[in-house]
Amino acid sequence: MAAASSRKRKGKIRWSKLYSFAACFRPLTSEERPAARELIGRPGFSRVVFCNEPHLHKRKPYKYPYNYISTTKYNVLTFLPRALFEQFRRVANFYFLLAAIFSLFSLAPFSRASLIAPLVFVVGISMLKEAVEDWHRFLQDLDVNNRTVKTHISNGVFVDKLWKELRVGDVVKVNKGEYFPSDLLLLSSSYEDGVCYVETMNLDGETNLKIKRCLEASLCLNEDEEFSKFKATVHCEDPNPNLYTFVGNIEFEKESYPLSPSQLLLRDSKLRNTDYIYGVVIFSGHDTKAVRNSTRSPSKRSWIERKMDHIIYILFSMLVLVSLVSSFGSLLYLRQDMVDWWYLQLPDDNKVNDLDDSNSEKYDDRFFNPSKPVQSAGLQFIRALILYGYLIPISLYVSIEVVKVLQTMLINKDIELYDDVTCKSVQARTSNLNEELGQVEMILSDKTGTLTCNQMEFRKCSIAGLSYGGDITEVDLAASMRMNTDFEPFEFSIDETDGATRSFEPFEFSVSSFSAQNGNARLTQTEGPVIKGFNFRDDRLTNKNWIHGSNLFDITMFFRVMALCHTGIPLEDDNHKTDKLSYEAESPEEVSFLIASQEFGFQFCRRTQSLMVLKEFDPSSMKEVEREYKLLNLLEFSSSRKRMSVIVSNEDGQIFLLCKGADSIIFDRLADNGKAYEQATTMHLSSYAEDGLRTLAFAFRTIEAAEYESWNTIFTQAKATIGPEREELLEQASEMIEKDLILLGVVAVEDKLQKGVPECIDKLAQAGLKIWLLTGDKRETAINIGFACSLLRQDMKQFHLSLSRDAESNNQVKDMKEDILQQIESSYKMVCEERNKEAPFGLVIDGKALEIALRGDVKNEFLQLAVNCASVICCRVSPKQKALITRLVKQYTGKTTLAIGDGANDVGMIQEADIGVGISGMEGMQAVMASDLSLPQFRFLERLLIVHGHWCYQRISKMNVAFGLTLFYYELYTSFSGEVLYDDWYMTMFNVMLTSLPVIALGVLEQDVSSDICLQFPALYQQGPRNVHFSWSRIIGWILNGVVSSLVIFLANIYILSPTAMRENGFVADIDSLGAITYTCIIWTVNCQIALITSHFTWIQHLSIWGSILLWYIFLLVYDALPPNFSGNAFQVLVEGIGSAPLYWMITVLVVVVSLLPYFIHIVIQRSYFPMDDHIIQEMEQCYKKYDVRDNEMWVREQRNSQRSTRIGFSARVDAKILSFNQQLQQKKLSIYRSVTNSPIYRSITASPFS
Amino acid sequence: MDTDRERHSARETAFYLFTQQSLPACKPVLTPGWVIAIFLFMGVIFIPVGLVTLRASHCVVEIVDRYDIDCVPESSRMDKVSYIRDDSIPKNCSRFMKVHKYMKAPIYIYYQLDNYYQNHRRYVKSRSDKQLLDGQKYHDTSSCQPVESNNNRPIVPCGLIAWSLFNDTFEFIREGAELKVNRKNIAWKSDRGHKFGKNVYPFNFQNGTLIGGGKLNPEIPLSDQEDLIVWMRTSALPSFRKLYGRIEEDLDVDDVVVVNLTNNYNTYSFGGKKKLVLSTSSWLGGKNDFLGHACVFVGCSSLTLAIIFMLLHVKYRR
Repeated sequence: MAAASSRKRKGKIRWSKLYSFAACFRPLTSEERPAARELIGRPGFSRVVFCNEPHLHKRKPYKYPYNYISTTKYNVLTFLPRALFEQFRRVANFYFLLAAIFSLFSLAPFSRASLIAPLVFVVGISMLKEAVEDWHRFLQDLDVNNRTVKTHISNGVFVDKLWKELRVGDVVKVNKGEYFPSDLLLLSSSYEDGVCYVETMNLDGETNLKIKRCLEASLCLNEDEEFSKFKATVHCEDPNPNLYTFVGNIEFEKESYPLSPSQLLLRDSKLRNTDYIYGVVIFSGHDTKAVRNSTRSPSKRSWIERKMDHIIYILFSMLVLVSLVSSFGSLLYLRQDMVDWWYLQLPDDNKVNDLDDSNSEKYDDRFFNPSKPVQSAGLQFIRALILYGYLIPISLYVSIEVVKVLQTMLINKDIELYDDVTCKSVQARTSNLNEELGQVEMILSDKTGTLTCNQMEFRKCSIAGLSYGGDITEVDLAASMRMNTDFEPFEFSIDETDGATRSFEPFEFSVSSFSAQNGNARLTQTEGPVIKGFNFRDDRLTNKNWIHGSNLFDITMFFRVMALCHTGIPLEDDNHKTDKLSYEAESPEEVSFLIASQEFGFQFCRRTQSLMVLKEFDPSSMKEVEREYKLLNLLEFSSSRKRMSVIVSNEDGQIFLLCKGADSIIFDRLADNGKAYEQATTMHLSSYAEDGLRTLAFAFRTIEAAEYESWNTIFTQAKATIGPEREELLEQASEMIEKDLILLGVVAVEDKLQKGVPECIDKLAQAGLKIWLLTGDKRETAINIGFACSLLRQDMKQFHLSLSRDAESNNQVKDMKEDILQQIESSYKMVCEERNKEAPFGLVIDGKALEIALRGDVKNEFLQLAVNCASVICCRVSPKQKALITRLVKQYTGKTTLAIGDGANDVGMIQEADIGVGISGMEGMQAVMASDLSLPQFRFLERLLIVHGHWCYQRISKMNVAFGLTLFYYELYTSFSGEVLYDDWYMTMFNVMLTSLPVIALGVLEQDVSSDICLQFPALYQQGPRNVHFSWSRIIGWILNGVVSSLVIFLANIYILSPTAMRENGFVADIDSLGAITYTCIIWTVNCQIALITSHFTWIQHLSIWGSILLWYIFLLVYDALPPNFSGNAFQVLVEGIGSAPLYWMITVLVVVVSLLPYFIHIVIQRSYFPMDDHIIQEMEQCYKKYDVRDNEMWVREQRNSQRSTRIGFSARVDAKILSFNQQLQQKKLSIYRSVTNSPIYRSITASPFS
Repeated sequence: MDTDRERHSARETAFYLFTQQSLPACKPVLTPGWVIAIFLFMGVIFIPVGLVTLRASHCVVEIVDRYDIDCVPESSRMDKVSYIRDDSIPKNCSRFMKVHKYMKAPIYIYYQLDNYYQNHRRYVKSRSDKQLLDGQKYHDTSSCQPVESNNNRPIVPCGLIAWSLFNDTFEFIREGAELKVNRKNIAWKSDRGHKFGKNVYPFNFQNGTLIGGGKLNPEIPLSDQEDLIVWMRTSALPSFRKLYGRIEEDLDVDDVVVVNLTNNYNTYSFGGKKKLVLSTSSWLGGKNDFLGHACVFVGCSSLTLAIIFMLLHVKYRR
């Protein structure tokens, strides 16, 4: 116990001293204070919180919600009405509801059960699905709500309490690494000066830690016991979604102190580097800023589903048309002929009087009332609407639901989408959007946690003008590989001409040796133990080999900068198995520097108030020595300074200023004698930047003691200043000393990309998808990642949109708008001018500029520009802006968008996009909970879209048309009276069993091409965005096909079966036999049609297609064996009626063949003479199976051709590289050619007539 | 890598393949060869089948005689409806049918009605299957509207269909001798056995003010009233034949059959036709060339298509 407390105290000292250097705490400026104070109590600022007295918040007017959150769409009460409403928003469902209502009256031609049952079934299934999905959401909420946090109950006792039970006013204690359960007011922390470090990645995507600081008044509250008597009252603003503001004051011990955002700890952020904090709940549950920032998950409907509504409209109008014709016919018959049909006993106008009075009164068949023909026709119309209702496929929705659920299951089960590391697989959380995956045209991606792992790795460095860590990138490797293959024919052709080949050899050699060397470099990279944060292999530096270097002093200084110029601390490791330390620092970059310097032999051991201790490897004595450096000053990093320095004095009393910072900043401050390596370093810098590495330049200077003393007085004065001018003074002071630097070199760290990200982006780019990067991180980082992911490259024209300093300082919206508009216009002009040159453009825009650019009148210009750029990177964007961009892009382009992200800051974007994808690998479930699909890693997007998306799209569209077809068979009717040819139960069976199974099998299992082919030919994906399979012409084609087929079936049956006998025993086909026979034909036709559409038969398809046909016979057999009470007219229809008639079977064969013939001829002609991409590839795939032609030239050529020329991605970079290589080659060739043509031999050859 | 493979082999069950969507599948691709083969095959199958069917149809001998107009005396032709409604006039009529081809027994006798909408919804629905089976034990005859009861007593069999029972009768005489007409087993056996009650006798039938068609002998149970059973199997189309009986003697060429018929049934008010049909049957049923023609047509088209595709394939080789 004692040991623990002592350690705690130690921690306190360490951090608080460090903190004293960093002037992160910005006191409130004088303008803000009174303003804030005035606001309190006014509308919008009326919240009152009684700290440590949560019981006061149980009653009005201070009753605030519990800390319970819910992301579900429904609750127990609202589920039924809301889900029903959702269901009946679908046109078809609404229609069937009406039909079902009509069926309660005598209007309906069918029995009630056959109309109501399918409706209940359909709606029930869909609602069940909704319920299950919402249940999962509920479980996730439950998980969050049931997390525990230490909460003060009384007398300084803290107990675990569930998050959902927290109340406003509760005092909680949050430990290191825990999330804040709600918005807290920071009271005190484990550090003496009341600071704590917070990671807000989930809120704004920024990866660096933020410092929060409590009020000095509450500093004393740093023990559990202190809270037994603690009481305070907070007056503050009402709940709002603004993450960066907080206005309020706290009354504590009769004093009032103002509060600022730096005392507010937001829900969804995480406590880091601080053992514990105490805080008071200010906003809870749905009042928290994080929750307020999130939007409710909307019900998304896929594009195809929306289009299906249109198809339903068409069908509905057809239905109305047919019904109109039908009722009009009925009207005509009723007026003219029907009265003469005495066998119907219709009351004739003339004869009505002859009938008994009772009879005429009794007469209630309103459908055929000759005295009121118009009314009868009207009723007939309604009846016809229901009768032909099978035109509208009610079961279509059911089948689609079922198919989608199964598709989702298959996606979830795909082993290729399983991540071994996190043991998570893809989770499609709603099944509505599967086929939409095949139509995505735009991907909006978050950076941290999605593309990158939020982990820095030391990759390369350039010390004293020499680059270490290998300088050949994978792009170069791939380019040279491709070049080599391209060379073969080229070489060949040269061989033939003359002896010029020899002159080529050196160049050839250089290329091949280049790649060989590169291959080795890659090989060595994979060897050796993996050190987290250190991915550096260069024998010249590792294993202390640097001591053999030439510039030993510069190298050691370089390492010293690395080991001393930082704010990190070593972690005490309890098990000292190795002598390696691990570190913690504000940014992961610094950690990677510390680890690297440790690897190089400059181990940073400990830090005290004013001392930094290094274990250095001394090259002269070849031993490790411990050296102490006195830390004199620390000039901290800020985004405007872009550099950080420490001033240290070594054991000899020499004073050094060690500085690291952005290259441009450092280069500006070099001394004349410090530029020795500037040129070489600049070259290295640009190559590192091209690879997407984040670079920092290192420099140092020695300071004379006198100079230091004089400067230090100025600096301490500046530090002591309080007020708004403090920052400026500090900056000025720093500027004075940070000059005349001597450049040592640069380091390059990699913001480590997640596995497979560049490849994935490359494939997606080949599939024709556009990728936008939206990140909350700063611009430099975003651009680095842009390079690393090949979204940007050096030869790409980049536009940087940002507010100019003038406009920003003026803070006038109008100025800013003009500024941005001007930038956009000039950029767009450039795009228009250079569009033909195939030069890609990249657009980088920051949050502030974006805020202006997305305003009403500028946004169209902005989007126009953005859409024309190959890649767009938005940095420093807020969660709301992410959502806004997504919505605008969706609206402006009308294209299907996919948003992918991992943090709570991506939730808005995820919900706004057509498809929202959450990354489930990391912590924090908000994004996943809001998403439609969750992936463990970004790279799975490739397979998900290119394989599953493509398949799902194909399947859904195919199955729709298969259904669309079947509807039209029901137009067969007799006279216009509304009699049904088929038994009710046939009709019910039709959709429920006989045709839905094969359609579902088709929808779930169809593959036009196999998965590896999909990946090899990403261009196939374009079928989705271009919507090849679901265009109107196709749909109309299918409808026509259906009409033709139904005509064939109907006419053939009538002509063959009537009026002569259909069996040897002279029996004639009656209405029931005709119905059964026609029905058989329909079943066969539909199933065979599905078989024709199917291009991928597994046993399941065979079973479902042929099994359905068999099932029909079995059904008929069973049904007609039932007693006539049940089977009615169908009794014995197969056994005695049609089964034994050879005619029946012959009709089936003939009719099926004839009705399928038009479609068959169509596909034959299309395949043979107008083939589509997938057809060609299918055929090639088959050839491949037979002859193994994958190595074949044709295969490779097709594959190459199918790859679209991309503007972003790895391949594009390789292409660009090849282009530059080729240019070099061309020049060389030209020079050779000149030399050859000038040679006398060549002249003689050309002169000769035989050449 | 090894562990990967192990896991793979361990899970290599059908279900695994299913979830990975890698079930073994056959992927038929319509290559020109296949297309031509399919069309050729269809041609080769359908043409012979069509020819066989046509032959079967040609073997059937059918004599059709329309008698509805000729059986009305010249004097009444102006107002056929009142003639047919006048019960006092005897409706006997004789027709002569000449056999033009040898007809082998059994020869089926049909009456054919044209323009008669037995499939009208009002008509089709106007029956009670339960009553037909259970007789007066079954009380609910509401489905039989408008012919469900008379004088407050239910009608058995009720409904429009039964009420409008066809009631022309036919007698066949060849060379002075009456031809034996078998009028048994003209209805479906299942109808007789299961749908029309053995103990149900016609009751209160055709007793109303409006007399429709034929009357029924109240002594005979419904299951033996085969004319009724045949009539109650409603036809699908407005032109239909119904079986009347069978002549179980062969008819030779040039035999003249004298038909003595009573022309009771009213088709005049709605302009319908009545025909008497004598027909033999083949294994395919009656005389109908449509199927044969269709088969031959499909077969020929397939062959033509096969040739066209063959030529196209030769010309535009891929």
